[in-house]
Amino acid sequence: MSAVVSKVTKRRSSVLDMLRGSPIMGPFAALVLASIFFATQSDKFLTGANFSLIIQQVMVVGTLAIGQTLVILTGGIDLSNGMIMALASVLMTGLAVQSGLNPLLAILIGLLAGVVFGLLNGALITAIGLPPFIVTLGTFNIAYALVRIYTTATITNLPAEQLFLGNTFNIGGTEITYGSVLMIILYAITWYILRSTPAGRSVYAVGDNPEAARLAGINTTRVLTGVYVVAAISYGIAGLMLVSRTGVGDPQAGQTGNLDSITAVVLGGTSLLGGRGQIMGTLIGALIVGVFRNGLQLMGVGSIYQVLITGILVIVAVSIDYLSHRSK
Amino acid sequence: MVHRFASHRSGRIIGLACFLVILAMLAAACGSAAAPSGSAAPTAAGAAPAAAGGDVTVGLITKTETNPFFVKMKDGAQSKATELNAKLLTGAGAKDGDNEGQVTALENMVNAGAKGILITPSDTKAIVPSIKKARDKGVLVIALDTATEPQDAVDALFATNNFNAGLLIGQWAKAAMGSNKPVIATLDLAPGITVGAQRHNGFLQGYGLAKADPNSSDLVTSPEVVCAQDTHGDQTEGQTAMENCLSKNPDINLVYTINEPAAFGAYQAIKAAGKEKNITIVSVDGGCRGVQGIVDGQIAATSQQYPLKMAAMGVDAVVQYAKTGVKPSGYTDTGVTLITDKPQAGVDSKDSKFGTENCWGTK
Repeated sequence: MSAVVSKVTKRRSSVLDMLRGSPIMGPFAALVLASIFFATQSDKFLTGANFSLIIQQVMVVGTLAIGQTLVILTGGIDLSNGMIMALASVLMTGLAVQSGLNPLLAILIGLLAGVVFGLLNGALITAIGLPPFIVTLGTFNIAYALVRIYTTATITNLPAEQLFLGNTFNIGGTEITYGSVLMIILYAITWYILRSTPAGRSVYAVGDNPEAARLAGINTTRVLTGVYVVAAISYGIAGLMLVSRTGVGDPQAGQTGNLDSITAVVLGGTSLLGGRGQIMGTLIGALIVGVFRNGLQLMGVGSIYQVLITGILVIVAVSIDYLSHRSK
Repeated sequence: MVHRFASHRSGRIIGLACFLVILAMLAAACGSAAAPSGSAAPTAAGAAPAAAGGDVTVGLITKTETNPFFVKMKDGAQSKATELNAKLLTGAGAKDGDNEGQVTALENMVNAGAKGILITPSDTKAIVPSIKKARDKGVLVIALDTATEPQDAVDALFATNNFNAGLLIGQWAKAAMGSNKPVIATLDLAPGITVGAQRHNGFLQGYGLAKADPNSSDLVTSPEVVCAQDTHGDQTEGQTAMENCLSKNPDINLVYTINEPAAFGAYQAIKAAGKEKNITIVSVDGGCRGVQGIVDGQIAATSQQYPLKMAAMGVDAVVQYAKTGVKPSGYTDTGVTLITDKPQAGVDSKDSKFGTENCWGTK
């Protein structure tokens, strides 16, 4: 009897060991299984056009989640990201349409507004030592208010330069948007930086143990500030993607961007405790949400069940992370 | 440290593997669609039996999943779809105002081969470019309940005349107030949303306090309106707004509310201030809970609208289009009835019994 128990325990811990060693195997398996399931349920699921569509539908949250992953890897959290995105997107569209600015210059100003917020987040967290949760809750509200002060009306009739990322090119009959490609390039760059540069490794080090990182000679203030600024740039780019995807500057956008991006990060196996996680996991996490939403819609299942399933998956993902952490 | 290094390495390999798999997915996406000139055939094949009379796919996209108004709409669409042997797909935004969520549902339904899509736009301007993309692919798009801006961005609109709904409660309020000088609070929806402006403006015009363009999305006002607040049609926000209005001007005696949840919130605030005998609340919607508010004397009058009818007409129109190729066009008024237990001379109304029999939501 006890032999059986210990065998079971051993097997369980070896599964956890595997997940600890490669935390994105679980999410990846979930993505593949879900795709296989939906392919059996709808003949429209496993088509090039549909996969291209899913990637296009996750590009905004997926790009927001790049910044969120960096922040979470340092042990922080960013509640302001969706509103920074909204601010960047109404500024870039409003300045171009209403103020007649050069559309590309307007995009640049929108991105810069994001950077200012990134600096503000980073400075408040490092200089005063406030918790990221509180700082970004504050900047969430500030950015929300600035959006509403700037405009309450949806900005339409956008110049072509700002819609470019929503345009498509054709490979073998499948339409793919430039925005989808840009998102994947951004993931590839982030993956390379995190894995192969000293800057990337110091992000993990600061998240794992800030004190040890400091003693090892890492300038934690610079790393943290840098992470919030780089994250804000990804939010600005997400803003441009949103604009090109929907064809408007929308002052009501981005309000759930923080929770949606945290969902993608957590589903991708990154630990909310900091220091552990993979950027490609986040892409998989975002795709899981997109695949369920699309697949259930094709099956004719109400979207409330997609919310239900996302909730269950998040709890499963965090439980796996917690158990593997504890057993260490 | 050793462990960290090991996981670092295996992480790198797996990261690379995943990246390659995603690229492969994209490539497969292209590959599987490499025969798409052929795979356009299924779509055409899908259309053929539709023309024969069965298996039409209809999409319904509401603002939210949970609001009883949209639940009723879904019921209406589902029973009509079952009756006509059509397949119904449903979708919604995560919350009111979630444009991107509606865009996503729209794209998924077009991909699923929907012949027509019925939508209650959350953001009346922002949804327009996405609707255009769907129509360009030959999908019939009908707006339910809420008009797009511009209105002709869709093939047809089946909706309550919201200006009329406001007009009715305005006329009723004027008659009910008699010689009392009105001191008005308006608990509105949100800036820039047409429905909110139409009801508000209709109310003020019905009372004879202002003249308004029935299609404008800008709120008109008059000196009698001493307080105007946005509630997003939410009960809690309605309560807060009313509390603020009462501290701004304690003499308020007439409250216009965008919908019944906002009206109940207002009633809570008014009751807490002990003014429920002196203040008249009027509203729009005619949901079952709202009509109960009329029975209980919390709301004095409400304009009842008919979401079930909108959706049923919408499904019918899509199936007709699939069979005959004839598209509906323009605006169809799905009607509105003033519900009150204090009828006034010169204003047509029905009592709360009629209201209960015809309401939407849980009775």
